[in-house]
Amino acid sequence: MDPVQFYDVSVASRLMLGTAQYPSPAILADAITRSETDILTVSLRRESTGGSGGRDFWKLISAMGRKILPNTAGCHSAKEAITTAEMARDVFDTPWIKLEVIGNADTLQPDVFGLVEAARELCAQGFQVFPYTTDDLIVAEKLLSVGCEVLMPWGAPIGSGKGLNNRFALKAMRAHFPNVPLVVDAGLGVPSHAAEAMELGYDAVLLNTAVAKAGDPVAMAEAFALAVKAGRLAYRAGAMEARDMAVPSTPVFGQAFV
Amino acid sequence: MRLIVNGNETNVSAETFAELLLELGYEDMPVATAVNMSVVRKKDRDIVRLKEGDRVEILVPMQGG
Repeated sequence: MDPVQFYDVSVASRLMLGTAQYPSPAILADAITRSETDILTVSLRRESTGGSGGRDFWKLISAMGRKILPNTAGCHSAKEAITTAEMARDVFDTPWIKLEVIGNADTLQPDVFGLVEAARELCAQGFQVFPYTTDDLIVAEKLLSVGCEVLMPWGAPIGSGKGLNNRFALKAMRAHFPNVPLVVDAGLGVPSHAAEAMELGYDAVLLNTAVAKAGDPVAMAEAFALAVKAGRLAYRAGAMEARDMAVPSTPVFGQAFV
Repeated sequence: MRLIVNGNETNVSAETFAELLLELGYEDMPVATAVNMSVVRKKDRDIVRLKEGDRVEILVPMQGG
């Protein structure tokens, strides 16, 4: 598989994996291994005094040796997201931040105005921002103009498992930004959704719930890894043009008259 | 001294952020810290002094998507 580059880092896997909602830490670890992912998303949260959840989780994740992409999940304003990003940089010692500014608690739709505002400030501070955005081209242009070098449009609402809700818009985005790393983030439910995104020419996919909430998360992690590889290979191979009418694949010339 | 730590009223004897982390049992954990909505970076925890009523946030790595 050809590697993909995000900012100054090149990785082999085009599958980015979230670390939430797994049935157990052991299953999370096995799913990470089987997914072959190079990049894991994590968050920052409060822990009650004396609790060990954070310590145990971080021990497990550190041992996996993957690149860490901290998120600003749950932030509803640019200010909140900026502060969370600054705290994440201090803990995880990385300029990477998956920037989420949520505009609506029900749909978890990005607040694209707050997103651009936060991205501008964070890029100016030297962060390497991975913005969770919609498939709107103008918002995408604004994000690039303030310094983002990666775009992460949603496939469908977070956790919905609906796949690519607006294939046309995602295709247009790929065509509009041929040289920008594009990642479908959120909404994927099954491996064929990931393959479809990759067949459109997306550089990677980011998912969590589809693996974590599968009946067998470890097997599903491998299924997604295979789908991402298949989709990427198909994109590079170049798909045939779809036709409206049937065309025989077996030559008609030379057929016997019997 | 009375602080609001992660939303809970807490009485502590610590005077600096570094002492607070020790007192609350976070000494060997990677944590992110803030006071009154301002980030307190690792390198500044020894010098940032706390005062009565400060709102302190102590965040740890957690699962995320």
